[in-house]
Amino acid sequence: MTQQELADQTGVTRQTIVAIENGKYSPTLELAFRITRVFNVPLEEVFSFNIEIEEKNTK
Amino acid sequence: MDNKEKQLLVTAISMILILGCYALYVYNNYIAENLAIINDTRFWAKAFLILIPVTIASQIVIHIVFAIINKIVTNEDIPTLSDERDKLIDLKAIRISHWIFTMGFLLSMVSQVMGMQLWVMFIILIASGFIAAFVAEITKFYLYRKGF
Repeated sequence: MTQQELADQTGVTRQTIVAIENGKYSPTLELAFRITRVFNVPLEEVFSFNIEIEEKNTK
Repeated sequence: MDNKEKQLLVTAISMILILGCYALYVYNNYIAENLAIINDTRFWAKAFLILIPVTIASQIVIHIVFAIINKIVTNEDIPTLSDERDKLIDLKAIRISHWIFTMGFLLSMVSQVMGMQLWVMFIILIASGFIAAFVAEITKFYLYRKGF
Protein backbone atom coordinates (compact mmCIF):
# COMPACT_ATOMS: atom_id res chain seq x y z
CA MET A 1 0.00 0.00 0.00
CA THR A 2 1.31 3.45 -0.90
CA GLN A 3 1.32 6.45 1.42
CA GLN A 4 -1.22 8.16 -0.86
CA GLU A 5 -3.58 5.16 -0.69
CA LEU A 6 -3.38 5.10 3.11
CA ALA A 7 -3.93 8.87 3.19
CA ASP A 8 -7.00 8.57 0.94
CA GLN A 9 -8.48 5.78 3.06
CA THR A 10 -7.96 7.66 6.33
CA GLY A 11 -8.99 11.09 5.07
CA VAL A 12 -5.71 12.93 5.59
CA THR A 13 -2.99 14.25 3.30
CA ARG A 14 0.01 12.18 2.23
CA GLN A 15 2.23 14.69 4.07
CA THR A 16 0.52 13.79 7.34
CA ILE A 17 1.19 10.07 6.77
CA VAL A 18 4.85 10.92 5.99
CA ALA A 19 5.07 13.03 9.18
CA ILE A 20 3.64 10.17 11.28
CA GLU A 21 6.09 7.67 9.75
CA ASN A 22 9.02 10.00 10.45
CA GLY A 23 7.91 10.59 14.04
CA LYS A 24 7.27 14.28 13.35
CA TYR A 25 3.59 14.13 14.24
CA SER A 26 1.59 12.22 16.84
CA PRO A 27 -1.85 11.50 15.35
CA THR A 28 -5.07 11.94 17.28
CA LEU A 29 -6.63 8.80 18.72
CA GLU A 30 -9.31 8.96 16.02
CA LEU A 31 -6.77 8.96 13.19
CA ALA A 32 -4.73 6.23 14.90
CA PHE A 33 -7.83 4.01 15.02
CA ARG A 34 -8.66 4.80 11.39
CA ILE A 35 -5.13 3.75 10.35
CA THR A 36 -5.32 0.48 12.30
CA ARG A 37 -8.75 -0.22 10.80
CA VAL A 38 -7.25 0.05 7.30
CA PHE A 39 -4.65 -2.58 8.21
CA ASN A 40 -7.15 -4.55 10.31
CA VAL A 41 -4.72 -4.94 13.19
CA PRO A 42 -4.75 -3.85 16.87
CA LEU A 43 -3.59 -0.33 17.76
CA GLU A 44 -0.45 -1.44 19.59
CA GLU A 45 0.73 -3.31 16.51
CA VAL A 46 1.00 -0.04 14.55
CA PHE A 47 1.74 2.52 17.27
CA SER A 48 3.91 2.46 20.37
CA PHE A 49 4.51 5.06 23.04
CA ASN A 50 7.83 5.50 24.80
CA ILE A 51 7.36 8.01 27.61
CA GLU A 52 11.12 8.59 28.08
CA ILE A 53 11.64 9.50 24.41
CA GLU A 54 8.54 11.72 24.43
CA GLU A 55 9.75 13.58 27.52
CA LYS A 56 13.19 14.05 25.95
CA ASN A 57 11.59 15.45 22.76
CA THR A 58 9.42 17.94 24.62
CA LYS A 59 12.33 19.34 26.70
CA MET B 1 10.35 20.61 0.40
CA ASP B 2 6.74 19.58 -0.14
CA ASN B 3 4.01 21.60 -1.84
CA LYS B 4 2.56 22.92 1.42
CA GLU B 5 5.93 24.30 2.50
CA LYS B 6 6.49 25.88 -0.91
CA GLN B 7 3.03 27.45 -0.73
CA LEU B 8 3.82 28.95 2.70
CA LEU B 9 7.08 30.42 1.43
CA VAL B 10 5.29 31.91 -1.58
CA THR B 11 2.70 33.46 0.74
CA ALA B 12 5.38 34.92 3.05
CA ILE B 13 7.45 36.35 0.19
CA SER B 14 4.38 37.70 -1.62
CA MET B 15 3.24 39.43 1.59
CA ILE B 16 6.53 41.35 1.70
CA LEU B 17 6.27 42.25 -1.99
CA ILE B 18 2.61 43.33 -1.85
CA LEU B 19 3.04 45.53 1.23
CA GLY B 20 6.33 46.91 -0.11
CA CYS B 21 4.81 47.85 -3.47
CA TYR B 22 1.68 49.27 -1.85
CA ALA B 23 3.72 51.36 0.64
CA LEU B 24 5.88 52.66 -2.21
CA TYR B 25 2.79 53.53 -4.28
CA VAL B 26 1.13 55.37 -1.37
CA TYR B 27 4.34 57.22 -0.53
CA ASN B 28 5.01 58.36 -4.09
CA ASN B 29 1.44 59.33 -4.91
CA TYR B 30 0.23 60.84 -1.64
CA ILE B 31 2.86 61.36 1.07
CA ALA B 32 5.64 62.72 -1.16
CA GLU B 33 3.28 65.36 -2.57
CA ASN B 34 1.80 66.42 0.74
CA LEU B 35 3.63 65.40 3.92
CA ALA B 36 0.89 66.85 6.16
CA ILE B 37 -1.45 64.09 4.98
CA ILE B 38 0.22 61.59 7.36
CA ASN B 39 -1.70 63.11 10.27
CA ASP B 40 -5.05 62.90 8.47
CA THR B 41 -7.19 60.02 9.80
CA ARG B 42 -9.18 59.84 6.52
CA PHE B 43 -5.97 59.15 4.61
CA TRP B 44 -5.04 56.26 6.91
CA ALA B 45 -8.58 54.88 6.88
CA LYS B 46 -8.53 54.86 3.07
CA ALA B 47 -5.04 53.34 3.01
CA PHE B 48 -6.19 50.50 5.33
CA LEU B 49 -9.44 49.86 3.47
CA ILE B 50 -7.73 49.71 0.06
CA LEU B 51 -4.84 47.58 1.34
CA ILE B 52 -7.17 44.71 2.37
CA PRO B 53 -8.77 43.97 -1.06
CA VAL B 54 -5.46 44.67 -2.83
CA THR B 55 -3.73 42.07 -0.64
CA ILE B 56 -6.50 39.49 -1.07
CA ALA B 57 -6.67 39.91 -4.87
CA SER B 58 -2.88 39.86 -5.24
CA GLN B 59 -2.55 36.74 -3.07
CA ILE B 60 -5.20 34.94 -5.13
CA VAL B 61 -3.43 35.80 -8.40
CA ILE B 62 0.00 34.83 -7.00
CA HIS B 63 -1.32 31.48 -5.73
CA ILE B 64 -3.01 30.68 -9.04
CA VAL B 65 0.25 31.45 -10.88
CA PHE B 66 2.20 29.39 -8.32
CA ALA B 67 -0.18 26.43 -8.68
CA ILE B 68 0.15 26.52 -12.49
CA ILE B 69 3.97 26.76 -12.42
CA ASN B 70 4.17 24.05 -9.74
CA LYS B 71 1.95 21.74 -11.82
CA ILE B 72 4.11 22.28 -14.91
CA VAL B 73 7.41 21.74 -13.05
CA THR B 74 6.54 18.92 -10.62
CA ASN B 75 3.29 17.57 -12.14
CA GLU B 76 1.76 17.64 -8.63
CA ASP B 77 -1.41 19.37 -7.48
CA ILE B 78 -1.48 21.69 -4.48
CA PRO B 79 -3.37 19.83 -1.70
CA THR B 80 -6.75 21.45 -1.02
CA LEU B 81 -7.65 19.07 1.82
CA SER B 82 -7.02 20.43 5.33
CA ASP B 83 -6.63 17.59 7.83
CA GLU B 84 -6.13 17.48 11.61
CA ARG B 85 -2.40 18.23 11.39
CA ASP B 86 -3.00 21.25 9.14
CA LYS B 87 -5.66 22.58 11.54
CA LEU B 88 -3.40 22.08 14.56
CA ILE B 89 -0.53 23.91 12.83
CA ASP B 90 -2.94 26.72 11.84
CA LEU B 91 -4.09 27.07 15.43
CA LYS B 92 -0.53 27.23 16.79
CA ALA B 93 0.41 29.86 14.19
CA ILE B 94 -2.75 31.92 14.79
CA ARG B 95 -2.11 31.92 18.55
CA ILE B 96 1.34 33.43 18.03
CA SER B 97 0.13 35.97 15.45
CA HIS B 98 -2.71 37.11 17.75
CA TRP B 99 -0.20 37.77 20.53
CA ILE B 100 2.01 39.80 18.21
CA PHE B 101 -0.91 41.87 16.92
CA THR B 102 -2.23 42.44 20.45
CA MET B 103 1.21 43.68 21.54
CA GLY B 104 1.34 45.96 18.49
CA PHE B 105 -2.13 47.30 19.24
CA LEU B 106 -1.16 48.07 22.85
CA LEU B 107 2.07 49.70 21.68
CA SER B 108 0.10 51.89 19.26
CA MET B 109 -2.12 53.02 22.14
CA VAL B 110 0.96 53.71 24.27
CA SER B 111 2.32 55.91 21.47
CA GLN B 112 -0.79 58.10 21.73
CA VAL B 113 -0.68 58.21 25.52
CA MET B 114 2.92 59.42 25.24
CA GLY B 115 1.75 62.22 22.95
CA MET B 116 3.36 60.98 19.73
CA GLN B 117 1.91 62.01 16.37
CA LEU B 118 -1.07 60.18 14.87
CA TRP B 119 0.91 58.60 12.04
CA VAL B 120 3.06 56.73 14.59
CA MET B 121 -0.02 54.85 15.82
CA PHE B 122 -1.07 53.89 12.28
CA ILE B 123 2.43 52.82 11.30
CA ILE B 124 2.63 50.60 14.42
CA LEU B 125 -0.79 49.11 13.61
CA ILE B 126 0.16 48.31 10.01
CA ALA B 127 3.58 46.98 11.05
CA SER B 128 2.16 44.77 13.80
CA GLY B 129 -0.54 43.44 11.46
CA PHE B 130 2.07 42.65 8.84
CA ILE B 131 4.56 41.10 11.30
CA ALA B 132 1.78 39.02 12.88
CA ALA B 133 0.69 37.62 9.50
CA PHE B 134 4.28 37.06 8.37
CA VAL B 135 5.27 35.28 11.59
CA ALA B 136 2.16 33.08 11.27
CA GLU B 137 3.34 31.86 7.85
CA ILE B 138 6.91 31.32 9.08
CA THR B 139 5.63 29.46 12.16
CA LYS B 140 3.57 27.15 9.95
CA PHE B 141 6.58 26.56 7.72
CA TYR B 142 8.75 25.77 10.77
CA LEU B 143 6.15 23.37 12.23
CA TYR B 144 5.69 21.55 8.92
CA ARG B 145 9.48 21.13 8.65
CA LYS B 146 10.35 20.30 12.25
CA GLY B 147 7.19 18.46 13.28
CA PHE B 148 5.65 18.57 16.73
